[in-house]
Amino acid sequence: MSAVSDQETGLLAEFDETVARHERIEPRDWMPEKYRQTLVRQIAQHAHSEIIGMQPEGNWITRAPSLRRKAILLAKVQDEAGHGLYLYSACETLGVSRRELTERLLAGRQKYSSIFNYPTLGYADVGTIGWLVDGAAICNQVPLCRTSYGPYGRAMIRICKEESFHQRQGYELLATMMRGTDEQRAMVQESVDRFWWPALMMFGPPDNDSPNTAQSMAWGIKRNTNDELRQKFVDMTVPQAEALGVTLPDPELRWNEERQAYDFGQPDWEEFKQVVSGNGPCNAQRMAHRRQAHEEGAWVREAAAAFAARSER
Amino acid sequence: MTEIRDEWPLYEIFVRGKRGLNHVHVGSLHAADDEMALRHARDVYTRRNEGVSIWAVRSDVIAASSPDEKDPMFAPSGDKVYRHPTFYDIPDDVPHM
Repeated sequence: MSAVSDQETGLLAEFDETVARHERIEPRDWMPEKYRQTLVRQIAQHAHSEIIGMQPEGNWITRAPSLRRKAILLAKVQDEAGHGLYLYSACETLGVSRRELTERLLAGRQKYSSIFNYPTLGYADVGTIGWLVDGAAICNQVPLCRTSYGPYGRAMIRICKEESFHQRQGYELLATMMRGTDEQRAMVQESVDRFWWPALMMFGPPDNDSPNTAQSMAWGIKRNTNDELRQKFVDMTVPQAEALGVTLPDPELRWNEERQAYDFGQPDWEEFKQVVSGNGPCNAQRMAHRRQAHEEGAWVREAAAAFAARSER
Repeated sequence: MTEIRDEWPLYEIFVRGKRGLNHVHVGSLHAADDEMALRHARDVYTRRNEGVSIWAVRSDVIAASSPDEKDPMFAPSGDKVYRHPTFYDIPDDVPHM
C-alpha cells in the first residue's frame, strides 16, 4: 500500500471513530469527499428552501387583514431570510462560495423544497403554512440539531428556536378564523385540504425509494428515515387538527391501537416527482422572481463594493 | 443569467449574549465593509435580544491552528498532570480546599 493511501486510511478511521462517538466533525477536519458533497447538497437545498420560501407568504404582506397580522408576517418572512443566511454560512465552511451556491440555484442545478411550488390563494394559507409546513419542517429539523457536521447542527439549533414562533402564529391564525363565520371556517378547511398532502411530501420519498438515506444515516447526517419522520408528524398533527375543528383530507387516516400510531394514506408520489422535476404549479414563477430579485439587486452589490473600495484607499 | 461580480468579503460574527459573558462565535456573513457587517449581523444574529454587543472580524485575518498540528499543539497538556488540582493529595479533614 502506498504512503498516501496509508495516510488516507488513517484519516478515514479517525473520521469514522469521531462519528461513531457522536462527536461533531468540524470544518477544518479531514472528511471523505462524498460526505462533503452530500452535506453541500443538503445544506444548500435547505438554504435555498428558506430563501424561496419567503415568496409564498411574502405574497400576502401588503394584504394582511390587520396591522398585528402584518407585523407578525413581516417578522416571519424576515426569519426565513435569516434562516437561509445561517445555512449559507454553514455551507460555506465546506469550501463552497456564496456566489457558487447562488449560481447553482439560479441555473436550476440545486433544488429547494417542493412545498414552495404550491400557490398561496388566501390569507388562511398563511396560517396553514405556519401550522403544517413549519410543523413538518420542525419535525425534520429537530433531529438535525444533532447532525454530525458541527456548523450545520448549530445553524439548526438557532432555526428550531425560531420555528416554534412560526408554527404557533399559524395555528393561532387558523384558530381565530375557526371562531369566526361559516365562510371563514370553510376557508380554513379548503386551505388545509390543499396543503395536507404537499406537507406530507416534505419528508421526501418513501424509505424504499430513498437511495441516499442509508449512507446519510451511517454518517450521522440524518438521524431518522423519511417514513419515521412522516409518521411522527402525522401523530403530532392529528390531535391538533381535532382541537382546531378541521378534517384532514385522508379517508385512510385512523388510530392503530396495536402500533400506537396513526395509519394514513400515501401522498401522490407521481405528483411529487413532477413538482421536484420542475413541473409544479409555481416552479417557473418562483425561479423567475428569484432571478429578477438577484438581477435588480446587482447595482446595490456593486455600489457597496465600490464604496468600500474607495473608503479603503 | 447576469454574472455575479465582486463577492463581498466574509466576516465572522461574535456576539456577547449579556454583560458578564464572553463574545461567542455565532456564524458568518458577507458585507462590503465593517459598518455593513455590523448592521447585517444585527439583523441576522440578534433579532430576539440574543446580544448586547457584536464583533465582526474579516475571516481572512483570523489565524487558526490547523488540525494537522493537533498533536504537537495540544499533546503537551496531556502529560502535565501536575497542572490539575486533582494531582495533589490533601487529607480529607482539611476544609475549604
